[in-house]
Amino acid sequence: MNPSEAETAIAGRIAAAREPLLVRGAGTKSGMLRPVQAAGMISTAGLTGITLYAPKELIISARAGTPLHEIETALAAQGQHLIAEPPDLSALLGTPANTQTLGGVVATNLSGPRRVAWGAMRDHVMGIRAVTGRGEVIHSGGRVLKNVTGLDLCKLLTGSHGTLGIITEITLKVLPAPETVGTIVIPGLDAEQAVAALSAALGSPYGVSGAAWLPADAAALLPEPIAPGRSIALIRIEDFAASVAYRTEKLRGELGFPGAEILDDPASRALWRAVRDVRVLSMTEGDGIWRVSVRPSAGPGVSRAVEGVTGYLDWGGGLVWFAGPATETTHRAIEAAARAAGGTWTLMRAPDSLRSAVDVVPPEAAPLAAITRRVKRAMDPRGILNPGRIYAGL
Amino acid sequence: MIRLPDPKPDVLARRDAVIAGLRAAVADAEGVIADPISLKPYETDGLSAYRQMPLAVALPETTEEVAAIMRFCHANGVRVVPRGAGTSLSGGALPMADTVVVGLMRMNQILDINYADRCATVQAGVTNIGITNAVAEEGFFYAPDPSSQIACMIGGNVAMNSGGAHCLKYGVTANNLLGLKIVTVDGEILSIGGEHLDAAGYDWLGLLTGSEGQLALVTEITVRILRSPEGARAMLAGFASNEIAGACVDSIISSGIIPVALEFMDKPAIHACEAFAHAGYPLDAEAMLIIEVEGSVAEQDDLLARLTATCERHHPISMKVSQSAEESLAIWKGRKGAFGAVGRISPDYLCMDGVIPTSQLPDVLRRIQEMSDSFGLKVANIFHAGDGNLHPLIMFDANDPSSFQRAETFGADILKLCVEVGGCLTGEHGVGVEKRDLMPVQFAEHELEQQRRIKSAFDPDWLLNPSKVFPLRPPAELPRAA
Repeated sequence: MNPSEAETAIAGRIAAAREPLLVRGAGTKSGMLRPVQAAGMISTAGLTGITLYAPKELIISARAGTPLHEIETALAAQGQHLIAEPPDLSALLGTPANTQTLGGVVATNLSGPRRVAWGAMRDHVMGIRAVTGRGEVIHSGGRVLKNVTGLDLCKLLTGSHGTLGIITEITLKVLPAPETVGTIVIPGLDAEQAVAALSAALGSPYGVSGAAWLPADAAALLPEPIAPGRSIALIRIEDFAASVAYRTEKLRGELGFPGAEILDDPASRALWRAVRDVRVLSMTEGDGIWRVSVRPSAGPGVSRAVEGVTGYLDWGGGLVWFAGPATETTHRAIEAAARAAGGTWTLMRAPDSLRSAVDVVPPEAAPLAAITRRVKRAMDPRGILNPGRIYAGL
Repeated sequence: MIRLPDPKPDVLARRDAVIAGLRAAVADAEGVIADPISLKPYETDGLSAYRQMPLAVALPETTEEVAAIMRFCHANGVRVVPRGAGTSLSGGALPMADTVVVGLMRMNQILDINYADRCATVQAGVTNIGITNAVAEEGFFYAPDPSSQIACMIGGNVAMNSGGAHCLKYGVTANNLLGLKIVTVDGEILSIGGEHLDAAGYDWLGLLTGSEGQLALVTEITVRILRSPEGARAMLAGFASNEIAGACVDSIISSGIIPVALEFMDKPAIHACEAFAHAGYPLDAEAMLIIEVEGSVAEQDDLLARLTATCERHHPISMKVSQSAEESLAIWKGRKGAFGAVGRISPDYLCMDGVIPTSQLPDVLRRIQEMSDSFGLKVANIFHAGDGNLHPLIMFDANDPSSFQRAETFGADILKLCVEVGGCLTGEHGVGVEKRDLMPVQFAEHELEQQRRIKSAFDPDWLLNPSKVFPLRPPAELPRAA
């Protein structure tokens, strides 16, 4: 496919660039990871519009700068949705709501609660067009649901934070949106008890598509309070109405918690949106925000291992959100807890001084770091795209 | 015929030294094969039209042995072909005369099963079905189910990013992995991912999956395991034309139901499978769908009723809704035995693997039929309709070289057609040797060059799985990333 005018323009700017460029969409996630020192900026915010939507083929393509909510609206009109349920982190990151772009979500590979059952953003990127640091327009994948032709640069570019190429257009697999959402709420469990219950639910045959635990302070931030003053474990089932009714009842019975309740569709949707968008993280202005991913059974231990922080668990216990003092001490404690559990961490928000001083994601073993440097050079030989965004000096 | 590159003469000349080096790397004396008779089984894979004896075969039992083999081969400029069960349909495990095949079949241990976290860690030589068998007692399964699942190994599944009949709902291999242990070309052992989701940093797990042994050797895999649904049941519907069956597929997807499987067979495939399996397929139908749903019996009833209503709007000439697990098995028996069934009609066939946008289905099937007529070769079409993954089986006579040549050209023309209508060359079998020279149909030269540079970042001297994936060209032109 021939490059578009806009792609050619971006390619020209990159080819001519003599100094590093900040790559961004709407900039809503600029506060993640490390700050970028760059002389110029390339924004994809002007590259907008859905270029292909074939509901019967479960495929949508859009330019990278298309606001995500436009895509969600177009899908909803056909009864479909984004499978990975990407969050809008504007409340968390202090940016305007509803402005994040498709490209931003893909470049950061952020997924919501449904990730635990249905895969991450990266699992549904079927095709990508991008301008590399060489100033070349490339594509990988395509507009079909299965494709193993050549190296999967869709996976490499997704979650690469604009450091390997500027994503210009994305094709996603989409699915029919569920008719009904139901939630089992179990109040009063501690983290271990809750994760055991979530694990039983996720290991049940009932197609659980969300499993979170909110301690009382997090639950208090929900738009509609549930079980005030107590923690809540949340188990979501999405399907046709009759199935949701059957499955939530059956699972509630099997889990055997006398206090467990079932939330109806509207309440469930509002609740999971708040969990998705991390609006339930109890935090104060100036707090640092971290995300830790571990095996679910390690989540409670990780969340308790760090002092002076608040948090909650998603992904059946495997995703731990933390808010706490934006200090190296807190960061090191979170690093240590994640490392001890064999997991991974991401610094989501902090002052530039902290972001520059610490490992915002785990450092790689030396032989892998060498491969990383060579891959970066293969995509961006002059090191001009978002230098230092993920790793210092890269 | 696809051209294979010349072997490195210096490596051929050092054969004895290479074998000695391998013996030093592998503890078991039986773990290095060098005599011609024992090497014979390694000369080909599932693309059996291509054969080439390797220099030697090494059968390591541990990741450390794989690393020792790689350190030796890297130091001595010896090229390496990784191999699992050798079931690749694209020649992904085809050796060259100067290559060492590293067979991972002895690494067949299930290392850990963690039901609480819904994952299992296994060695690369565990069969696909072996994982499901290991967790079935607790009601779990490993989702991707390629047709070769009884034989094929998880390491090969990772290398090819294998799919299967149920990936419309459960995704392909890449969507069902958490972690890998890999050995780099220079013998470093690295862990990628783990038991957790979405490791931070670049998505090496995603890039390595489906990389066809071009980037590293995979020795251990942590897979996600899922709880089996309460039950599953299939139905079949026969239609008067491919167009009508295609329209029915569209209607099913539009109805909001994603069946766990949605398989399409054309008339030649129906007849071949019925003769083989006696599954009760409608012989008067031009096309047939097998549709499977999951859930409790009541949920199955509900979904099958909705699907029946959808199918009825397209005037099926026959329809059968399974009433029991046995009847469902019978419906699947024909489809699962399709390769064997076609093999009875024609001992030699090529199994193609293109993908198309599903809207193009009737048109593409019509054009494949026209090609079939003009090449004078029969073709049976079986495919995963929900995701547009075609498997045309082109029948030919291996004793007639011109028949094989025509079959290859026919296959290539089908794949070019797939790309022309917006699809791709391969959905789940991989590029391998088979489709290597078609890559320029799908990628511009600078795009292939970019992929080669990524390959070079992992394998600077191009020692891993030579002559696959990328069109051949003189070694002097190979890009160097560093």
